[in-house]
Amino acid sequence: MSNVFKPEIIVFCCRYAVYNFVDDLDRSAISGFPEGVKIEQISCSGRVDVVRLLEALETGADGVYVVGCREETCHNVVGSYRAKKRTDYVKKVLSQLSIEPERVETFVMSRGDEAKFVEMAKEMVGKLNTLGPSPLRGK
Amino acid sequence: MIIAERKPIKEILSLTNSARRILILGCKGCVTVCSAGGEREVKILGCIIRMYRKKNGKPVEITERTLVRQCDPEYLDQLFDSIDQFDAVLSMACGVGVNFLADKYPATVCLPALNTKFMGGSEAQGIWTERCAGCGDCILGLTGGVCPIARCSKGLFNGPCGGSVNGKCEVNPDIPCIWQIIYDRLKLLNQLDKLDEILPVKDWSVSSHGGPRKIVREDLTI
Repeated sequence: MSNVFKPEIIVFCCRYAVYNFVDDLDRSAISGFPEGVKIEQISCSGRVDVVRLLEALETGADGVYVVGCREETCHNVVGSYRAKKRTDYVKKVLSQLSIEPERVETFVMSRGDEAKFVEMAKEMVGKLNTLGPSPLRGK
Repeated sequence: MIIAERKPIKEILSLTNSARRILILGCKGCVTVCSAGGEREVKILGCIIRMYRKKNGKPVEITERTLVRQCDPEYLDQLFDSIDQFDAVLSMACGVGVNFLADKYPATVCLPALNTKFMGGSEAQGIWTERCAGCGDCILGLTGGVCPIARCSKGLFNGPCGGSVNGKCEVNPDIPCIWQIIYDRLKLLNQLDKLDEILPVKDWSVSSHGGPRKIVREDLTI
């Protein structure tokens, strides 16, 4: 059983998007949220940095994703748009390193939609289960 | 400022492939402003190289550092005590910085991480355009402040060519015909008579045709 792959994932999420249900000290409080997904809250999805995304992958995360508010509702107007630009940039980097770009994604959701937040996490877990471990894992 | 952009990742990986200890050296001058070679870009490139080496099982030790400028010897002096530790220095400065680095440290492998493009400015976030060709003998006083050398696709000196259509250049409709702009500006400034002036043949010897250029300011030299 110890050989069963469990993807390690980091989600960078806008604190406005998850304001009503995420306690960053107690992830298990989110009903149905999958194991192996670490939550990092940021002040806005547009605050996510390319360096942080790359560092997460470099240090062994099998996948990373960003969750922001729907574009038209972004508290900072263009935050979700910027987040998408940055994950697209990281996808291009991964492609050039012959690493699956699908290991990085951006999602948007209505503010406070806990069920959607859980659904996105499960989607990433499923995707990374299919892709398998990161080629950087354990190296 | 000098505008540059990072070389393709594959080219950088190929350039650095044989080095185990690499110093990625950023510059806080122009290339920081145009987001090509400042502290942030140094970090990104460091991640990329480490990820590539990890994936391919080729160990690498990367040191990241950013100098105030790489085009002044006094800042490059700061590397004196440590430069021998590296198999290669991957400079994220413009070509000027790489040259200064190579001149300063002749026994060190100095590699460029950027392609230096032109002298220009930022029209909008993420968009840079050329404005000056560094011809060494500025004529902007005659052309309404806009340069036909840098901004005319053909570098014409004597008005638009036959390819100017509706104020756009035949080379690319996204390029404004600079001679149309020169005419419009001079007309607005009531200076169209400047276009009647017969100018002497331009001295290109003070441009790149005269070999590497040098300025000596006697009032400043010590």
